[in-house]
Amino acid sequence: MKYISILCAAALGLSLISSAAMAVEGTLTIVTSYPTDTTGTFKKAFESKYPGLKVEMLKKKTSAGIKYLQETSDNNNSDMFWASAPDAFEVLKDSDLLVKYKSNVSGIPEKVGAFPINDPDGYYLGFAASGYGIMWNTRYLKAKKLLPAKEWADLKKSEYFGHVGMSAPSRSGTTHLTVETLIQGLGWDAGWAEWKAIAGNFKTVTERSFGVPDGVNSGNFGLGVVIDFFGLSSQASGFPVEFVYPTVTTLVPANIALVKNGPNPEAAGAFVDFLLSTQGQELLLDPKIRRLPVNPETYAKAPADFPNPFKDSSIGSAVKFDLALSKNRYNVVNSLFDVMITYRLNDLREATKAIQDAEKALAGQSNAGAKKLITEARALISELPIDEATANDPDFSAIFTKKRKKATDKVAGRQAEVEQKWDEMVKANYAKAKALAEKAKSML
Amino acid sequence: MAQPISSVQRGPATIGIIIALFLILFLALPVLKVIFVAFQDPATGEFTFINFVDFFNTSLFQESFFNSFYVAIMSVLVATLISVPLAYFTTRFNFSGALIIQTLGIIPLIMPPFVGAVAMQLLFGSNGSVNLLLDEWFGFTIPFMEGLNGVIFVESIHYFPFILINLSAALVNIDRSMEEAAQNLGSSGLRLFRRIVFPLAMPGYVAGAALVFIKVFDDLGTPLLLNVNNMLAPQAFLRITSIGISDPMGYVISVILVGFSLLSLYVSLLALKGKDYATTQKGGGGLMKRDLRFWEKIGCYSLVIFILMLVLSPHIGLFLLSFGTIWSYAVLPDAYTFDHYITVFSSASQYITNTLLYAGLAATFDVILGTAIAYVVLRTGIRGRKWLDYGATAALAVPGVVLGIGYLRLFHSVDVPLIDKPLASWWVIIVIALTIRRLPYALRSCMAALQQVSIMLEEAAENVGATKSRTVWRIVVPLMSGGILAGFVTSFATASVELSATIMLVATESDAPLAFGIYEYMQSASGRGPGAALGIIAVLFVGFGTYMSHRIIERSKRAREASVPVTEGATP
Repeated sequence: MKYISILCAAALGLSLISSAAMAVEGTLTIVTSYPTDTTGTFKKAFESKYPGLKVEMLKKKTSAGIKYLQETSDNNNSDMFWASAPDAFEVLKDSDLLVKYKSNVSGIPEKVGAFPINDPDGYYLGFAASGYGIMWNTRYLKAKKLLPAKEWADLKKSEYFGHVGMSAPSRSGTTHLTVETLIQGLGWDAGWAEWKAIAGNFKTVTERSFGVPDGVNSGNFGLGVVIDFFGLSSQASGFPVEFVYPTVTTLVPANIALVKNGPNPEAAGAFVDFLLSTQGQELLLDPKIRRLPVNPETYAKAPADFPNPFKDSSIGSAVKFDLALSKNRYNVVNSLFDVMITYRLNDLREATKAIQDAEKALAGQSNAGAKKLITEARALISELPIDEATANDPDFSAIFTKKRKKATDKVAGRQAEVEQKWDEMVKANYAKAKALAEKAKSML
Repeated sequence: MAQPISSVQRGPATIGIIIALFLILFLALPVLKVIFVAFQDPATGEFTFINFVDFFNTSLFQESFFNSFYVAIMSVLVATLISVPLAYFTTRFNFSGALIIQTLGIIPLIMPPFVGAVAMQLLFGSNGSVNLLLDEWFGFTIPFMEGLNGVIFVESIHYFPFILINLSAALVNIDRSMEEAAQNLGSSGLRLFRRIVFPLAMPGYVAGAALVFIKVFDDLGTPLLLNVNNMLAPQAFLRITSIGISDPMGYVISVILVGFSLLSLYVSLLALKGKDYATTQKGGGGLMKRDLRFWEKIGCYSLVIFILMLVLSPHIGLFLLSFGTIWSYAVLPDAYTFDHYITVFSSASQYITNTLLYAGLAATFDVILGTAIAYVVLRTGIRGRKWLDYGATAALAVPGVVLGIGYLRLFHSVDVPLIDKPLASWWVIIVIALTIRRLPYALRSCMAALQQVSIMLEEAAENVGATKSRTVWRIVVPLMSGGILAGFVTSFATASVELSATIMLVATESDAPLAFGIYEYMQSASGRGPGAALGIIAVLFVGFGTYMSHRIIERSKRAREASVPVTEGATP
């Protein structure tokens, strides 16, 4: 009996393998947000491995890709979704548009930095890692006589006023993770205070995440908060830019998933396995792609200065990232950032400038009254419309997702209403902070 | 109005109904399918206006509304200052190179997505070429691209061709005898222009100005490129495309944008109401052209060249970018190369044929629909005919992404017979989307053109026995040809660089148009040069198309004039 079952299993296994090998043909349609440099390289290599297969790369912005998959799900003809931001995959997972896949490629560890590489539920897999950092334009800094900022805290120094660019967390999933990482690293209040102090130096909040490297490359602003491969690939393309990982950063996996009811699941599985294979991982080292492989052995083939998160423990391990916490307050953090920073950037900048001017005037003097006013002004800027407990409350964050499971479910409050209340307070605070700082300066 | 449709009107009525059905199916239904959430209570899902109450109670939206309005008004003013001299000089005087100027005037409309923005920043940004030079020589900089003024600056040099094209078409259409009559009575110079010429060209100017106003009010690209968020269109876009958030305010703003655009269209129509702009005589056609004196010539040329340099500067920047190696914090690129063109050449041919096919078809449909709607609205008494105009123009205010999602939602489950594919992933859907999105441009030009044609000419044709359809084909359409061409050109040029709806609808790589190719390249640092090269290719193709259509019109006009010398002689 035992032998028979083993035999059966072996036969079954054999038939599975042969059917898998046979079925990798036809067309594989991948919805992706990646640039041609990445998709073209992988398409070519994969097609030459499976000559009977044609890979169709359907390029969509991440948000457009999600909408596309959602709207076409009843008549789906896409096989895979391939993008960076883990939150995009979370949205698809919640919409029941993904199907679980387990790769049989070995040698991939559980975690990179403090972040699990694969979705714990098994719906999407990480194939590369990326971390956030600061990139700067060397010509720009030289002309403005500035030194590069190497830590997040450096970015709030007054000499960088008007020289920093960043995307908004609501626009880019990876930016969201950077914002959340710093908040988790420093604590809710201190983390937000840090972000607002940095944002006071912003030249702009870009609408696309690629707008940041674009602005630094052009010299439109000098320093940018970007994901590593934007900085590294800009450098590889010849732009006068450099990139550094600050101490508090997190490494995030870039992911791939199989779309539910895809027309060619065998080829899709083969593509995941290919991405994770030795050959696929080595392709990531291409200077035009420059992503961190998730297979530690691949780093042996990397150029000398290539960051290795599996060896260099300073990259991405300073903060123990709490995924559940982040997911819980995801939309609240995005909305807070937009209300306090993106949409009120001018007010925030004016207040920051006034405080910086007052501090400059105060330097070398002792004037307790002025000092107190400046401290008050800083506190006004840092003040948050809601505390951490409220932000973490699932009932509160439901206002932003409004996912009513049943038509009878009720959600109290509307996003517009909440945001208007926040906005009122934030705007008044910034104006008051500016007035206090100006008063402090006039006393000196 | 209330009497039954007469037999003469049966034809136009049928056409009107067909167009109405087309607009309902491909504009109203898809948009309603998406924006109904604006009228839904987020908590209970019931029908409500609470979201609109929220809109008016939110100070951010109030500011956004005011900002959008201010920017739109100012852009119309600046665009008028740019286009009136160009239009007047080229149609009024014997001006060598008038054709070139008319062609170059269209180029600003072809601003390729993303690369256009980069080129503008490199030239006019706070550390762009102009400001680097100013800083070096004079120690100050000008914030061309900052805040609302930056938006006005970019919008007016982007959209002034709407006024230029429609105003030129109208000026060419003015009856020469009107001008002569005024001159006989002793009017000349500025007074002649102000009292006779400009008022007669009013339909063209208002058509162009209304387009600029509505387009700027609804425009998304420019504020996003300058990262100005406190305006309505970017607010709608940012809220609709946020990942995972289902905020109805984005759709509420879309509804407000559509409503306000229709209101401003209505106001612009009021401005023309009760006046007759039609002139009957068409033989000689256009204003009298006269030669310029030497000093006048120099003055005119320097003004025209200055304006052209200004409005073409983004494309000069784009040109440099497409040949430059690295261009970063410098007045000019570090070095020059052909590599980017070589890179794109392998992929470009497919993009170009797709773009020419889609934009060409869409613009053709647009002028056909535009002419038909103009005729139904202006020449028949069919009830509700004005709604065809309003409905088609509403497309101007619908964000491309809303239309794209609506099409996916509505047509993805509809399989096209024979090719066995969902309608939403067939390339024809892209043509339909472009047709709908660019119809308002063609429609305004066609309306303006028909307003200048006197109904007496049609009556004359019918009196000598021509049928209604023969009158339309042989009399109305030829007399409208200038306006129809203007409509075709604007629709074609802007359709060729459209991205927001197409990006939702492109279902296979082989169906992708040029704008999509540029988007792909502009996702990576190394793709900036090739993206610019593709942009230049787009500009060249559209520019060439424009030039050729001007040539064709000029030639046919000359042929017509030559064949009817009697008319020419009969108007001393």
